[in-house]
Order: sequence, then structure tokens, then C-alpha cells
Amino acid sequence: MSWNLDSSRPIYVQLVEKIQLDIISGTYEPGARLPSVRELASQAGVNPNTMQKALSELERKKLVHSVRTSGRFITEDETMIEERKEELASAQIRTFFEKMCQMGFDADKTIRLIEKMLKEEEL
Amino acid sequence: MNPILECHNLTKKYGGKTALNQINLSLKPGRIIGLLGPNGSGKTTLIKLINGLLTPTSGELRIQGKMPGVATKSIVSYLPERTYLDESMRIYEVVEMFDAFYMDFDKNKAYQMLQKVHLDTRSYIKTLSKGNKEKVQLILVMSRRAKLYCLDEPIAGVDPAARDYILSTIINNYEEDATILLSTHLITDVENILDEVVFIQDGNIRMQEEVETIRSEKGKSVDDLFREVFRC
Repeated sequence: MSWNLDSSRPIYVQLVEKIQLDIISGTYEPGARLPSVRELASQAGVNPNTMQKALSELERKKLVHSVRTSGRFITEDETMIEERKEELASAQIRTFFEKMCQMGFDADKTIRLIEKMLKEEEL
Repeated sequence: MNPILECHNLTKKYGGKTALNQINLSLKPGRIIGLLGPNGSGKTTLIKLINGLLTPTSGELRIQGKMPGVATKSIVSYLPERTYLDESMRIYEVVEMFDAFYMDFDKNKAYQMLQKVHLDTRSYIKTLSKGNKEKVQLILVMSRRAKLYCLDEPIAGVDPAARDYILSTIINNYEEDATILLSTHLITDVENILDEVVFIQDGNIRMQEEVETIRSEKGKSVDDLFREVFRC
């Protein structure tokens, strides 16, 4: 069990991140039914109340919606999933640029380096 | 919601030694609570008082408003630190005994769980490994539809795979409105399944806090906080 969680950060935040990633990457397909809270909690090795909180947060973000008596489903709005995907990718790129900046690479220099590397890998 | 367990100035002395010193504690239903403290801090004493195996020296303890006794035993499911099962019995005999003994015992559930871990119910208790004995006991305890589960060191001395099994059994089987009080010092293994922790030291409650609050406000894991609070 367990999803490789960091016990020094709030668990529910990490659960939201992980499930969001699973939605974006297509592990959970649009419109698919999510396992029950208990089952998800057991898979993740976390407290069911914490999992419940994470799912409520995903509902608030409209990535998941619950249907009375039949459970929770992934959104069918693929445009929104695509938007979330781009948001997440942009955040990654921003962190990357920040790190490059700390090493003294400005945006131009970083992009030139990326292009150079891509060319080398093609050969 | 009314608390499932309340302690008011609860004190237990063994001769001249104070094991619990005027503790006040209130536990809400529907939660998994870690009772954490160093060896000899009073964890087992508190659990034994809840189960009526010890009587308070002073102060009081109430379970759903009642003093420990016959009525509370029917709503408290207890996993002691040590095996108490008769070693010469077979697994199914113990299951039948629990079924006869406890109104809230779900026999089918117990057999299903035993089958899932491939335990032959005709085996004698004495032939089981330590890990399997722990599993059998936990299955018996979790097959009751209790209001309060008191688990005293449920994962001590078993291998990591058995530990995972025990923890997922706890998560999957407690009644939604029931509370689990789990004592341990293996914090890293259990902290992700807890709602709340109670730190106990030298018979005093040092802290009662939501685990997510510890993480968000202190940026620490429960294990780190424990090491800090109880630094020797």
C-alpha cells in the first residue's frame, strides 16, 4: 500500500495532487467511476477522513463530481482536463526556469541549451 | 456529537507510583486516534482502564456516558498487547467462541478475512507464527461492530508486509461512526492513517492535536514532532 507520501506535508494536499495527476495522465479516464473512499484510502494507506477531504477538494475544483448513491465520477469535460494539464506543465516549467536562473542561465541561454541538447540527441 | 470517551481527572496509582496523573481527555466518534508515548508513559494503563481491567484510583472515565462494565464491554473491542487466546484451540473454535460471546460479532466477515490471508481455520493457535497470531487476533477484534476499538501495539514485532496488512484491515473494517484508539511507538508506520494524536508522557497528556494541523502549521511529520517533544 501507500502512495509515497511525505508525512511532513499535509496529506490531503498530496492526495489531491496525486489524483489530479492520475486524471490528467489518463490513468482515470474522463467519466470513469472512482473507487469508494475506503478503497482509495486503503490503497493510499491513509485515513478515510483525509481521503474524503481530498475528494471534496477535487469536487470543488470540478475535476470530480458525485452522483447521489452511485459514487464519484471523473469529469467528462475534456477541455477542462486539457487546461489543468497545461497549468500543471506551466508550473513545472516555471520551477525549471527558476532553478536555471539560480545557476545563472537566463531564458535565452536556457532555450539555446535546450535546443542544443535536442539536436545532439537526434544525432 | 457526543464524545465516545471522556476522562475527568483520571488517576491511577500502583502503590506509590503514579501511572496516570489527573488526565482529562475527550475523544470524538468516527476518528482514528494515535495514543503515542515512550515506554512506561501510561498508554497500556489507560487502555486497561477503558476496558475495565483496572479501576481508577480517583477521577472518572466514561464510555458513551457509562462507567466501564458489562454495558461498555459490549461496545468496546479490545486488542491487548499480548496474545490471550488459548493456544490449544483451533482458529475456528476461537471464531465460534467470539461469535457466542459478542452480540456484535460478524462471523462471516471473520471467516472471509481469514480466508483472504490463507489461514487454515483448522490450525491450532500454537502452530501459528507471531505475525499470523497477530492477524488472527486483529481479525477477531475488527470483526466486531463496536463503537470503540482499543488496539494496544497492534503492529509491534511483525514484518513490514504484515504491518501493511494490519493497517489496511483497520482502515477497511471499522464502522464509520466508530473510533479507533491505537497505541504504538512505531509512528512512521501509522501516522498517515491517523486523524489525531494524543501524546502521553509520565502519566500526563502532553498534547492532543489533529495530525494535518501538525503538518500544515509546523511543517513536521508526527514522527519528527514526537522526537522533538520526547528528546531524551
